[in-house]
Amino acid sequence: MMITAIVSWIVVAGLLITSAGLLLYRDWRWGLGFLTGQYAGVFCLVLQHWPIGMAAAKLVGGWMAAASLGMTLLNLPQQQEPIEKYWTQGRAFRLFMVGMAALLAVAAAPRIEGVLPGMGIPVAIGGILLTTMGLLQLGMTTQILRVILGLLTTLSGFEILYAAMEGSSLVAALLVVVNLGLGLVGAYLLTVSSEEQTE
Amino acid sequence: MSAPFIWIFLPLIIGGLSLFITRERLATIVGGVTAILLTGAALIVPIDEALGFGSFSIKVASSFQILGRNLTLDAAEAPLLTILFGVAALWFIGAESVGVARRLTPFGLIIISLLVASIAVQPFLYAALLIELAILVAVPLLSPLDQIPGRGVIRFLIYQTLGMPFILIAGWLSAGVEASPGDLALTIQSTMMLGLGFAFLLAVFPLYNWIPLLMEESSPYIVGFLLWLLPTVTSILVMSFLDRYVWLRTSAQVISALRVAGLLMIVTGGIWTAFQRHFGRMMAFAAVAETGFILLALSLDPVTGLPIIFLLLIPRGLGLALWALSLSVLDSNTKSLHFSSVQGMARTYPLASAGLILSALSTAGFPLLAGFPPRLALWNGLSQQSLSMAFWLLIGILGLAAGAVRMLAVIVMADEKTVWASKESWAQRGMLGIGMIGLFILGLFPQAANSILDKLPLMFQHLGH
Repeated sequence: MMITAIVSWIVVAGLLITSAGLLLYRDWRWGLGFLTGQYAGVFCLVLQHWPIGMAAAKLVGGWMAAASLGMTLLNLPQQQEPIEKYWTQGRAFRLFMVGMAALLAVAAAPRIEGVLPGMGIPVAIGGILLTTMGLLQLGMTTQILRVILGLLTTLSGFEILYAAMEGSSLVAALLVVVNLGLGLVGAYLLTVSSEEQTE
Repeated sequence: MSAPFIWIFLPLIIGGLSLFITRERLATIVGGVTAILLTGAALIVPIDEALGFGSFSIKVASSFQILGRNLTLDAAEAPLLTILFGVAALWFIGAESVGVARRLTPFGLIIISLLVASIAVQPFLYAALLIELAILVAVPLLSPLDQIPGRGVIRFLIYQTLGMPFILIAGWLSAGVEASPGDLALTIQSTMMLGLGFAFLLAVFPLYNWIPLLMEESSPYIVGFLLWLLPTVTSILVMSFLDRYVWLRTSAQVISALRVAGLLMIVTGGIWTAFQRHFGRMMAFAAVAETGFILLALSLDPVTGLPIIFLLLIPRGLGLALWALSLSVLDSNTKSLHFSSVQGMARTYPLASAGLILSALSTAGFPLLAGFPPRLALWNGLSQQSLSMAFWLLIGILGLAAGAVRMLAVIVMADEKTVWASKESWAQRGMLGIGMIGLFILGLFPQAANSILDKLPLMFQHLGH
């Protein structure tokens, strides 16, 4: 029990690092690396409520989404990430926002745990943290890759929380398909926008 | 053989296979024939009853089990399937005349099958996941390979995706509220989650900014198809929630929220329509107002409101189809849909212009047109509840009517020397003609669809009675 708690807290710390990395990265390879690590963390937290088979499906689905984005980006001509016209650029600001999101997660987790006893504080913090970080990402960018990563992060956070509520195989399967679908849609949109630019 | 196989898996398979079709005509035939056959099947084939052919008989089962859960389409859902596939047939057949059949047929069939699955899935809470899958399939439909994805597509994806988690969590919380109805905090949390989820999915004010953006950057016909289909099915999901949870349908706050959201959409949609200078954006805001009419009807007493919602379904589908087709015809013959570009086009595209004006007037509830009977009934129902609300509804409708009049003024404002001609193709003329006649028939004889509409309330155990 004690070991599980320690592992859970380590995973939450890992999720903080990966989600912050997703917000701060400049090279897409790092972004996808962080996403891959994030899904490993999601797997660990979901495992506390779901059997290993269902949790593994989530891990594999997430990694496949990341792989589809990675394979697409590898085959596209190297492009510099366009500078956002309207949104905040500073890393210090983003780090500050990461801190705020972490604070929010820590503050809100006991309340969530109160609604769903047995969820576990680390699971609640992990879920809220990823949801908030994903929303933060979505609010800061209009770039396709970052939007898709933001959506995947938000959904990952939600899935951590939802796993404690619902254990249906159909839901698990559909959520995997949604994650994979988001990855494929992202790959499609990246390809289309790249083809247009090269023309 | 089961009903989910016929109305979910069959269109899904045909849609998937039609991705390989390279000819517009063939794609139209496949999409049109599939939708018509499925409409006919929904009308004729009895579900859960033996269908005899001499000594041979078959029975179409209502349920199909998948991963421990059921997809169920029983006889009560047949009228809705008839409407969905019947109106979809119109969209598929019209697609060739504006050159989008190769995209619309495969993706459209897949989207419809996923949305029908969302109606069929038990428990119905999982519908949000299937709607999300339909949203994902809609992205390549909206953003073809030869067009850079714009902000509208990205916002569509974000907003619609964010709706799903809220609805799933709300569904879980609602079950808790049902178990302990006195827990006020849980009730508030559940209602908030549900409200946010549906606000994203139905593009409730102010979350509808992706709609005008999409209308500017994508094919009006394809955006119109999605603006017809997605809110229609999402409204059914809203009704399922109200039907399932007694605390929701008896909550004065929920009813007020529905009414305010509906009125906000009608008023803002109407006023924005009146002040736009782009035909596509006008249609976008009119579609927002159309969704507002459904929400407003939902806020009425179910005995009054439910028939109005169902009465809105067919005119809404037909009106949007005609509007989108007319816009697409104009769009393919001008550089943009800004007023300056389409000015005076009534002389060269008279049928498309007439279709545009008639569908805009129908949305504004103009007498003799399809939109009039449901709007009149809605106005009547609302005025019995609150006269001030009925006044706001009038403001929204006036905005829609002003938009239609501005459209008319711009499109007929041609140089006197321009010669009258009809440059629409025969296929376009045929489809536009069918659409306009349909608007008049439903306006003059609203009871024409009663045989289908009367049975729709049976879908709901509590709302419909």
